[in-house]
Amino acid sequence: MKKLLPMALILVVSALTARAQNPATPNSTPTTPATKTVKLCDNKTTVQVPADAPKTRAEGQKISDALMAQWKEANPNTGWEQGEVEAHQVIPPADNSALVGVGQSSTYGVVTQQTVQVWKNETYKTALYGSKVFHSGDELGSEIGVSCDMCHPRAANTHPETYPKFQPQLGRVAMLRDMINWCIEHPVRGKVLAADDPKMRALEAYIIAQRKGTPLDYGKR
Amino acid sequence: MSDSKKTRHSKTPHIKSVETRYLEERQSLMTGLQHLDRRSFLKVSTGAMAAAVAAGASNHFHSFLPINVAYAGEGPAGPGFTFAYISDSHLYIKKNNERFVRQLLRAVDDVNKLDPQPDFVFYGGDLAQLGRKEELDLGAQILKSVKAPLHMMVGEHDWFYDLGHHWNELFGPENYSFDHKGVHFVVLMSVHEKDFWTARGMDPAERMHTVAGLDNAMQSAFEVGAPQRDWLKKDLANISTSTPIIVFSHSPLYKLYRPWNFWTDDAEDVQSILKPYDHVTVLHGHTHQVLTNRIGNIQFHGMLSTAWPWPYAPQGLPALTVQMNRPNPFDSNDGLGDGTVTVHPDGLVDKLYNLWNRNPMQVKASYLSSGGKSDVPAAPTLASY
Repeated sequence: MKKLLPMALILVVSALTARAQNPATPNSTPTTPATKTVKLCDNKTTVQVPADAPKTRAEGQKISDALMAQWKEANPNTGWEQGEVEAHQVIPPADNSALVGVGQSSTYGVVTQQTVQVWKNETYKTALYGSKVFHSGDELGSEIGVSCDMCHPRAANTHPETYPKFQPQLGRVAMLRDMINWCIEHPVRGKVLAADDPKMRALEAYIIAQRKGTPLDYGKR
Repeated sequence: MSDSKKTRHSKTPHIKSVETRYLEERQSLMTGLQHLDRRSFLKVSTGAMAAAVAAGASNHFHSFLPINVAYAGEGPAGPGFTFAYISDSHLYIKKNNERFVRQLLRAVDDVNKLDPQPDFVFYGGDLAQLGRKEELDLGAQILKSVKAPLHMMVGEHDWFYDLGHHWNELFGPENYSFDHKGVHFVVLMSVHEKDFWTARGMDPAERMHTVAGLDNAMQSAFEVGAPQRDWLKKDLANISTSTPIIVFSHSPLYKLYRPWNFWTDDAEDVQSILKPYDHVTVLHGHTHQVLTNRIGNIQFHGMLSTAWPWPYAPQGLPALTVQMNRPNPFDSNDGLGDGTVTVHPDGLVDKLYNLWNRNPMQVKASYLSSGGKSDVPAAPTLASY
């Protein structure tokens, strides 16, 4: 999907910039002076271009397109996060930017803008992955093409704030993950997940993310 | 063993459980309600009382025993009539998912068992899940066993793989009208969407997959569209304002909750076309729940799904909606069902939601006409979170 590309484009642009700053590209292959190698900033993807190629914008675009095409082929799933954000509008985690500049003594040192961004990105990415699994019968291993969002659009009526609670049908006190697994096994007809399975952790993260701000009320029916 | 028990056993060669007998009595009572004049009311209620007495429970009446007697006399819709509905079956091909197939078969059984038979059965859209030819063919094949005449409506799950091509081949045009016993029926195609797929380079399968996700924000809003609104104006041009009108649309013809497309973008324009008419009812699918609304002269009712229930939207719920119970995840058919529509002589309708595995819910025209003051349906014991 075209929406997933901006990150990759940045890579290409930076590669071209590097080339422009240093016209005598160090990556030129010495044995074949008729061509030279242009390398993407991933340090892996390369294309061969004629050494005497005119240094025009059009020619540069051709090179970047060739690099992009290769890179996209090698990284087909890159950018799924952005697709997930656009399609399912996962609620972002708490904003901790008020902590920027505050010291945390020995553990982190001073909290920087970057620290806050890392906290946010990593947390959000887990919820986004949860959204991806939640909305995909294939990711859930469903034998009948059923996914969680069919009964719970945007995780509605999943009420994570009410767990743990006693579920007579399960014969014990259920945690959110127990109900997730019940649904995976029965309505979805997939295989139950281990409590620490990355998909289970992500599903919990997504469901909790979508109820952000709801007061906890464990045991509520 | 008491006398009453002996009598009961001698009458029934197979011993039935209390629950089976209860369900059978309820079924016969609800069936009797379909064409309710004074004579059949007496028959039905006497039957229920006799059954209760025979069961040794003379002080134990059912909660759904009717109190009101049917309307007397005739109106634009003659003495009135009933039709049944099935909606939102979301069939995959059979080998991928037999559960949704079984559930549609259950609904077909339900309407075929109605006695007397309804005048016709209306299908409310989303017969298929991903709009594939095989899914629509399977649905068409199952619906062939419906005994009463069948009228079809298209849903977005039927449409966005081939933009209606195969659905039209099977069932004809997606918008049409017909007259039945003095009522003018209009079937709309309310789930057109502005092109969101070309700019994204989506193929038909991706387009269908995007629309199939209720909460997928990449898609556009549903709309009837200007050409069809013009068609509607022409269709109604020769209909007198005293003629009752019943409109079918897959999406609700009002704006409820945009993030789930419980929404029709040009709803106000369509409503204004319907405004001059005295008695207008809109029946819609898509929302998979008991849903009730009234805007001016127009009364709105949702239809139940046979595939899965939707929760109530977090915002925008019409004040007149009395929610159905929160579906129980441990009961795979809870919150699902089909139902019947009783058309009164004046053309307004009582809507029966035949919730499988629960007591049915009836939302009466008098409830809506009175602005929610009389004949209020029973509130749910478990509302949405």
